[in-house]
Amino acid sequence: MFKSRDWSEFVITRIIKLTGYSTIIFVVLIFFFLLNEGFPTFIEVPFASLISDRWYPIEGYYGILPLLIGSLVVTVGATTIAIPVGLCTAIFISEISPRWLRDILKPAVEILGGIPSVVLGFLGIIVLSPYLRVLLNLPTGLSAFTGAVLLAAMSLPTIVSIADDALDAVPRSYRNASLALGATDWQTIWNVTVPAARSGILTAFMLGIGRTIGETMTVMMVTGNAPVLFKGFLSFLYPVRTMTATIAAEMGEVATGSIHYHILFFIGIILFLFSLVINITASAVVFRQHKKVEKILS
Amino acid sequence: MFKVNLSTPQSRLTIQKIGYLSLTLIAILTVVPIIAIVVHIFIQGFSAISWEFLTGFPKDGMRAGGIFPAIVGTFYLTLGTAIFSIPISIGAAVYLSEYASENRWTQIIRIAIINLAGIPSVVYGLFGLGLFVIFLQFGTSILAGCLTLSIMTLPIFISTAEEAMRSVPQSFRVVSISLGASQWQTIRRIVLPQAQPGILTGVILGLERAVGETAPILFTAAAFFLPQLPNSPFDATMALPYHLFVISTQVPGMPVNLQYGTALVLLLFILGMNILATLVRSHARKQRQW
Repeated sequence: MFKSRDWSEFVITRIIKLTGYSTIIFVVLIFFFLLNEGFPTFIEVPFASLISDRWYPIEGYYGILPLLIGSLVVTVGATTIAIPVGLCTAIFISEISPRWLRDILKPAVEILGGIPSVVLGFLGIIVLSPYLRVLLNLPTGLSAFTGAVLLAAMSLPTIVSIADDALDAVPRSYRNASLALGATDWQTIWNVTVPAARSGILTAFMLGIGRTIGETMTVMMVTGNAPVLFKGFLSFLYPVRTMTATIAAEMGEVATGSIHYHILFFIGIILFLFSLVINITASAVVFRQHKKVEKILS
Repeated sequence: MFKVNLSTPQSRLTIQKIGYLSLTLIAILTVVPIIAIVVHIFIQGFSAISWEFLTGFPKDGMRAGGIFPAIVGTFYLTLGTAIFSIPISIGAAVYLSEYASENRWTQIIRIAIINLAGIPSVVYGLFGLGLFVIFLQFGTSILAGCLTLSIMTLPIFISTAEEAMRSVPQSFRVVSISLGASQWQTIRRIVLPQAQPGILTGVILGLERAVGETAPILFTAAAFFLPQLPNSPFDATMALPYHLFVISTQVPGMPVNLQYGTALVLLLFILGMNILATLVRSHARKQRQW
């Protein structure tokens, strides 16, 4: 490396290095801030109450189980829709569609990714939920199912574009070899190309899931915000409450430093750790550092 | 399951035709709703758009009048985010692309960036509330909102800027240094200008994300209603995404076409930035010197 010559260059190089490391500082700062405000929860709220199934802060019930399960249910629902649809769309865009169609589809998917969550939530309230209420004969259209559909729409662009990039990166020679052996394009796609792009596709899935867990505004507007415990499969068509919506909805009303305040930060810590785990796993899959993880995931 | 006959080319081709058809249908299933959403908002919201709507203040508890303060507020927030985030991001991108060697610490930086990108927006809001609003006592202010949004957009800016810089051919740098320039001079006069369109595209896309986000500004900057425009960075402000959220969930008797109108304005902002970024990208591709 070329060594800096004069004093100003030395200073600038140091500043640049500092900005580089600042990202680490920010992550650590966020984590410790959350920890600082959220940790008192362990002292203030008895553990048994914390994992109980009643979330009713006004009366002193701080059971986060309904919220955890609410987030889980909506995420699972959204992922069940988004992953197959996303993968198939990515395969279509990357392998099957002609050039001109791809130049229409890719921007279209990008536009969907740009639509703000409030706009989708707004459409959910005005259009989707009355429609579902009538269609499925429910008491209210604001349910986990509505949330799952909209969240699938939100994570779809992430999944499609990353999976498409992964499929594009598979060398032509793989496909050509397969075709030369007599396989059809269809067989080549599913037996050669997709397995070859496996790690990128998995990353796409994980980032899509990460996006879904962290989504706030859409779920707050359409899932009904009822912190009730999920009972059986049909509850999917009834209101739930996610962790993210809880924070967003209740943060404005809490007194700083109260138990409620601390537990909302505690929920923030949980969300932070979830996304940490998902993102580290996703990057581990990509960097192929931990072969063990890849074996488990595939 | 079904016994699939793979022995004859004919049967395999039939399976392929069926498969292609299903994938095409699924792809259509993805794309048609997107177009439908955009068109629907356009049609429903167009009637609300007028000069008064865009330049007037809300009246009658938001049920009439305009959304001017929200537009201005979003503009201020976006500007502030750009001011704070761009210098740090470009610095970090320069470090990663030009200076850093691929060692343990660099890997940690990259993991940190990936994590910043994945943190839910509401957690950013929480963090912004705790640090900027309460601890640093900025209060609910544009400043707090901008700082929160800028940390949130850091990963987008950094990764696109780094990619833009990495795509500048190494030969440019080598020639510059062989002519006697120092590393920083090379970066400043060669690499950065060459990477500028790519960086600009990334900036536009990152700011586009900041425009649409509600959760980070929910506790840090956003106000339900302000009778006048914000005067200083320490004032709270109205903002477009928050305004849409409020009028669609908290205001009873809100005329639907005004809600659609607000959504349309927000969507136009986003689409406009998207188109701008695409134009910059394709212009850069033509102008490229390599």
